[in-house]
Amino acid sequence: MERQSTGAVAGVDSSFDQLNRDWYIDKAVQILVFLGGISAIVFIIGIFIFISKEGFGFLVGDFNFREFFFSPNWRPTSESRETFGILALIAGTASVTGLAMLIAIPFSLGAAIFIAEFASGKTREFLKVTVELLAAIPSVVWGFIGLAIMNPVIIQTFDVPVGLNVLNAGVILGLMAAPIMTSIAEDALKAVPDRYREAAEAMGATRWQVIYKVVLPAAKNGLLGAVLLGVGRGFGETMAVLMATGHSINIPTSVFDSVRALTATIAAELGETAAGSSHYQALFTIGIFLFVITFIINLAADLIVRGIRKG
Amino acid sequence: MVGPEAGNPAAAPMESAVKLGVRDLQISYGRETILDDVSFDIHEHEIFGIIGPANAGKTSFLKAVNRMDMFNPEMTVGGSITFNNVAVDKIRNVYGLRRRIGVVFPLPVGLPLSIYDNVALAPRLGGQKNRAELDIIVERCLTRAALWDEVKDRLNSLGSMLSGGQQQRLTIARALSQDPELLMLDEFSIAVDPVTTMRIEDVLKELRSEVTIILVTNLVQQARRLADRTAFFLEGGCVEVGLTEDLFTGEVKDQRTRDYVEGRFG
Repeated sequence: MERQSTGAVAGVDSSFDQLNRDWYIDKAVQILVFLGGISAIVFIIGIFIFISKEGFGFLVGDFNFREFFFSPNWRPTSESRETFGILALIAGTASVTGLAMLIAIPFSLGAAIFIAEFASGKTREFLKVTVELLAAIPSVVWGFIGLAIMNPVIIQTFDVPVGLNVLNAGVILGLMAAPIMTSIAEDALKAVPDRYREAAEAMGATRWQVIYKVVLPAAKNGLLGAVLLGVGRGFGETMAVLMATGHSINIPTSVFDSVRALTATIAAELGETAAGSSHYQALFTIGIFLFVITFIINLAADLIVRGIRKG
Repeated sequence: MVGPEAGNPAAAPMESAVKLGVRDLQISYGRETILDDVSFDIHEHEIFGIIGPANAGKTSFLKAVNRMDMFNPEMTVGGSITFNNVAVDKIRNVYGLRRRIGVVFPLPVGLPLSIYDNVALAPRLGGQKNRAELDIIVERCLTRAALWDEVKDRLNSLGSMLSGGQQQRLTIARALSQDPELLMLDEFSIAVDPVTTMRIEDVLKELRSEVTIILVTNLVQQARRLADRTAFFLEGGCVEVGLTEDLFTGEVKDQRTRDYVEGRFG
């Protein structure tokens, strides 16, 4: 016991409790990160306030809840009587997004399962790079593909007068959303620890059984998150939808009907309105509506992803 | 080394400094109290064993010592723990505290760095940049953890790719790398083979002259081999603290301790 202290007081050694350089750096970084996090919230609230302010006049003035949500008549520039019904626009966005998800979910989940569970080595690297490349194609290019390629193909194949419709936009939007969904879904599958697979394989489970019984349930939340992200993408997409839907106000009864989306309406009309007019404010009210919907979708995705961490 | 405290094992003998003082310690998770009314001193340069069945609060005790309760908002620590007679819950710079205390967790954690970088991490965090110094530290720590011979030719391969037992020894080497004053081992031998366990135990005996060691173990015999004094935790309390030999030779105050060390339950 050669290094013993000589008395009770000498036993107090608080030299480790110095606020040294490392400690100050740590505090500084914490503050910076905090400001970064707060700023994101400030910006979002700022955007929301801006949109609300612009749409406010309409909300307290000409806004008629029943007409706005349940009338299919969007006639903001009518000479006799302006009507601001967005039902047809909601139907347009919903039908295109719905069809897009019908196409994108099987494709992206299939691709994700193949990349994460079956492909190996070069195939896998090649596929991952390709998928990421697809995700980087600008939406106007997709819109152009819809206009220039899909349009004549649909007219010829199905013998319909117009090829710019729900089918066209749904396919385009599905193809657009699939790569990013694949990427997220693949991450979710990869996050399933290998020991789960080994434990199942050790019991004689076939490869498909391992995927179906163990990997997919374990990755469930991440996969759902991927789908919701795709839905959010579908709701928010503007340019491709503007170009491929035909942009005509319609409640679709078949996939060959042209429709018009909420986002495309804002994009196409905002530049031509007088700032402060009812039309201008109604477009911002659509913006509020989109904001709320996207917020709900993102919140749902977030709650689900939070479920991943707990499970 | 342990002679003088035979009279009252829970009290600090005058000639040995208290490294870690525990008074009325209470640890809760939410509303559930998992450790209550625990008081003892751990002296400098002793190996202090903690035995007891699962869920007796052993690991939570270690977490309270180096302030890892910060990571778990559910966890509340009452009473007091002092390190070098400084109350740990009053410490402003917990990083400084943790740099004086080495911890080895039951499941090995080989960080996804090279073997060399795993061991050199803590010295580098402390500002050591001299390669020659780091070389010496890495070799010394890996040797002490009985891993040097197996990895000396591949120090640049990934630490996370080692086998479980090797990763555990890597973890021990890492814990030793910042010359801790207090080393806390939480069931370190759980993933290590018996031969290696013996080699590490020999190292711990040697380290006793430099470091204070808290050894949490499931293996009653390991506590007997290594610990100068041992505490027996059971069902959220510390049943008794005494010289390790006393626990095994029947000089116990509590029948439950006798039953436990003789393997009748737990």
